[in-house]
Amino acid sequence: MSPTNIFAPASTPADSVFGLSIFVILTCTAIFIAVGALLTYAVVKFRNRPGDDRTEPAQVYGSTQVELAWTVIPVLIVVALFLASARVIASVQDVPRPAGALEVVVTGHQYWWEYRYPKLNIVTANELHVPVSDPADPTPTFLTLLSADTDHSFWVPRLGGKTDLIPNHPNSMWIDPHETGLFLGQCAQYCGTQHAKMLLRVYVQTREEFDRWVQEQQRLPHDSTEGSAASAGQRVFESTACVNCHTVSGTPAKGLFGPDLTHLMSRDTIASGAAPNNHEKLRLWIKNPNAIKPGSKMPAMGLNDRDLDTLTAYLETLR
Amino acid sequence: MSTLSVSLSGGNVDWRLPSRGLVGMYCLIAAEAAIFTIFVVAYLFYIGKSVSGPQPKDVLHAPIFYTICLLSSSLTVHLAVRKLIAGNVAAFARWWLLTILLGGTFLYGTAREWLHLIFDEGLTVSTNLFGTTYYSLVGLHAFHVTMGLLALIIVALFYFTARLRPDHAERLEVLSRYWHFVDAVWVVVFAVVYVIGV
Amino acid sequence: MSTNTIALTDFPASRPFPLRLHEWVTTVDHKRLGLLYILFAMVFLVAGGIEATIMRLQLIRPQNNMVSPQVFNRMFTMHGTTMIFFVAMPLVFGFANYLVPLMIGARDMAFPRLNAFSFWMTALGGLFLYFSFLGGDGLYGAGSAPDVGWFAYAPLTSRTFSVGHSTDFWTLSLLVSGIGSVGTAINIITTILSMRCPGMTLGKMPLLVWLNLTMGGLVVMAVSPLTAAQLMLLVDRYLGGHFFDAQAGGSAVIWMHFFWVFGHPEVYVLAIPAFAIASEIIPVFSRKAIFGYPVMVLATIAIGFISMSVWAHHMFTVGMTSGANIFFVLSTMAIAVPTGIKIFNWLATMWGGKIRFAAPMLFCIAFLFQFLIAGLTGVTLAVAPFDWQLGNSYYVVAHFHYVIVGAILFAIFGGFYYWFPKVTGKMYSEVLAKLQFWLFFIGFHLTFDFMHIPGMLGMPRRIYTYEPGRGWDVWNVIVTLGVFFQAAGVLLLAGNLILSYFRGKAAGNDPWDAWTLEWSTSSPPPEYNYALIPSVRSRRPLWDLKHPEDPDWRYE
Repeated sequence: MSPTNIFAPASTPADSVFGLSIFVILTCTAIFIAVGALLTYAVVKFRNRPGDDRTEPAQVYGSTQVELAWTVIPVLIVVALFLASARVIASVQDVPRPAGALEVVVTGHQYWWEYRYPKLNIVTANELHVPVSDPADPTPTFLTLLSADTDHSFWVPRLGGKTDLIPNHPNSMWIDPHETGLFLGQCAQYCGTQHAKMLLRVYVQTREEFDRWVQEQQRLPHDSTEGSAASAGQRVFESTACVNCHTVSGTPAKGLFGPDLTHLMSRDTIASGAAPNNHEKLRLWIKNPNAIKPGSKMPAMGLNDRDLDTLTAYLETLR
Repeated sequence: MSTLSVSLSGGNVDWRLPSRGLVGMYCLIAAEAAIFTIFVVAYLFYIGKSVSGPQPKDVLHAPIFYTICLLSSSLTVHLAVRKLIAGNVAAFARWWLLTILLGGTFLYGTAREWLHLIFDEGLTVSTNLFGTTYYSLVGLHAFHVTMGLLALIIVALFYFTARLRPDHAERLEVLSRYWHFVDAVWVVVFAVVYVIGV
Repeated sequence: MSTNTIALTDFPASRPFPLRLHEWVTTVDHKRLGLLYILFAMVFLVAGGIEATIMRLQLIRPQNNMVSPQVFNRMFTMHGTTMIFFVAMPLVFGFANYLVPLMIGARDMAFPRLNAFSFWMTALGGLFLYFSFLGGDGLYGAGSAPDVGWFAYAPLTSRTFSVGHSTDFWTLSLLVSGIGSVGTAINIITTILSMRCPGMTLGKMPLLVWLNLTMGGLVVMAVSPLTAAQLMLLVDRYLGGHFFDAQAGGSAVIWMHFFWVFGHPEVYVLAIPAFAIASEIIPVFSRKAIFGYPVMVLATIAIGFISMSVWAHHMFTVGMTSGANIFFVLSTMAIAVPTGIKIFNWLATMWGGKIRFAAPMLFCIAFLFQFLIAGLTGVTLAVAPFDWQLGNSYYVVAHFHYVIVGAILFAIFGGFYYWFPKVTGKMYSEVLAKLQFWLFFIGFHLTFDFMHIPGMLGMPRRIYTYEPGRGWDVWNVIVTLGVFFQAAGVLLLAGNLILSYFRGKAAGNDPWDAWTLEWSTSSPPPEYNYALIPSVRSRRPLWDLKHPEDPDWRYE
């Protein structure tokens, strides 16, 4: 079963769309069968038989009643589809934000996702954590969608339709996932070279799991033990251009151009889902981002092997 | 050659169709009107949205005199064509040259306004949204005036080399439609830039 | 045979090639320009097809690295731009150029020199676009074809994100060919309004002429917004303007509005002439007059008008207000009504007829089924909430290819076979044509039927590769397989027409026993079309001649 199947909704906006889509598909299928059958019948019944005399058939130029019939019926179908659509549009777009909703600000970058939880003081990247929502007592997540550069689009099919992230044009959407689990998606508006690997991972967690994740994200990382490889790596990090792009809370690294790395090791993947977050891939990414995601905005820093090793060790302490 | 001669109605005596020149010119005008519409929409959309830099009401002064010149030139070009239809080539030439003068004056006015805006007010196409939309819209119009003026001047050259005849009147009528269009666009641009946008 | 008749088959072998070439390059004859447009389109069809093949081979399996993302992104940009502007538009203009004057009993278009100018502007635009492969970064920079997608959304096209000149090649080539398009449209409209033969009132024109008139009107209204938007883009890129500069308060969304105000009517510019071809072929091969001529005309005009009001259905995910979304759902659904009416009228034309299944009719029957499906998938996309899932996915790609290939290109292929005898005086091979039809039909359905599925399973468009485990893999394989059948079909078509041009049987004036004026002149027509300008009394002047006891004008 595809993890990104639009016909397997797990959240109210996706459910509303799903219900409407079934109605539309059935209507269109019925139309196709009816008209297709008539076409097939015509092609078969009115074909020129061999040995037929070469007289012309009766020339019929038109019929007002028939034209009226096949105008009125489509108009009625159109009205029905239109009303059904209008209802769902209003129910998804114009819903007021409840007081207890979780607020996340999503900023699209070339080619990664920045997530800020303003009320919880959390900044993270690429993997969105939200609590599961009980339909009896909903705890939806409201996403404000911004862009730092070009147009992007947030599409996790099982949780809702896509909404674009456009610079200077804030958008918003909401989800209230009914089941826990990992939901996949990816950027759905061509944004440049690595549009294809701007993947989305949404972790829907139970209330307890989510609260625990929040606490871990709010913690500051410990300073690396003096003399360890990690502390050497921290020196490499802070003296190379890394700090121009990346933030690690509690350290001098305050760059905003790339993902926040404070809790890097709490993530399953790196490079917005392009590679798993393990030692080998992390080291490779720092050494040569183009090996994993050619055209990504992170430059190869040209570090020697020793610096690479200590730097990777340092990053691996950022839980 | 083997063509079937198709003539079923015994030959139609009164078969009149619109003039090619006029239909073609109206189509061109429609296409140009569509381009201007987009620039006007952009201008209206961006009113008040400039983040910094000079604002319209601070730097714009409605060019009333030059507008009167341009709009009068529609009258003079119309009169010129009327005279030519009546066979009075000399009178036609006077009104035609007056049209060119009025159109040229308008362009001179635009140039003066731009020099003032650029050097005295510091407003260029890259200053802010107002600058971008203003110079684009007014510039697009001025470009069309220039093209029209060139066409009018070419006709004047035909006159001065004694090649112009009264039976050219229909073609000049078509050309004058273009000139009327350019004036009509100015009415819209003037309203949008100097009245609504200020 | 008079000595100043120049027919295609009349060249004595001794005529030097440079002279013949010069005649073609300097021609202002609408028939030759029509053929130049079509030959030009066929060459670019091959280019666009190669670009598509490269993409489909790259996507045949997940995490493939046959081409880099940079190359792939250039491929989909060039494929879309080529197919729309340098294949479909020239085909449409080619047919209009060749047929309209013949069908209204005129000797040429209203402005023959403008006609030639317009063609060469289009050709220049195409060459300019392809020069980008060499010209952007120079030969050693491995080319710099545009890679911003055929609709070139801001701010991806700004100087910041589109370094170098690739975007400028896109902008300038389309600006240049846009001038050509508007020129041709002006010519078509003026020709139809000002040059009809005596007796041919607007209500007695063949449907093909009415539909090309509508197409001309749409081009005049719709290409200009694209020209305007491109001028604005150039101002941004070269004069420091801020039209689409978010930092200065500019709007990326306004580019989308301007582009789609062009983009949506554009697809009707392509579709309506395809309807025109079907409207000529279906009656002749059903042996009946078109059913409901006045309704067909009104429906076409309605489609033309409504098509100018639906554009933001390409922008349902952009964050417009619910009111705006609801409006565009309504207008988009509204256009389905006259479109459906046309399908029913074609069906009614066949009803009670004596259908002959020569190649032109095979293509038109496929057109009917495929256009029905394409229209219905369009209705699903018109439902904005459903579009929030399906938009920007392979479902949309499948839908619009269903329209452009399944409906438009099939009708055009039908038109090729229908008018080939008139243009060349030779008959094509019916056996090869039927073989080509089935090959292309199978390939089309393999590719574009199954392409809907990855879209519904979450596969966005414009991605150079994809993750395994999303359920997309097998569908991508099937989609790619269809490409080879379609390529074979196109090659067979070209082969058939070229072979038949040299060795086909003589076709005569009227091999199909048809009813419009072009079948009354020789095959190929003389340069001046008609020695005597015909005069007509009904919509089917040749029917009246062939059936003097039961002429159409008694019933119209």
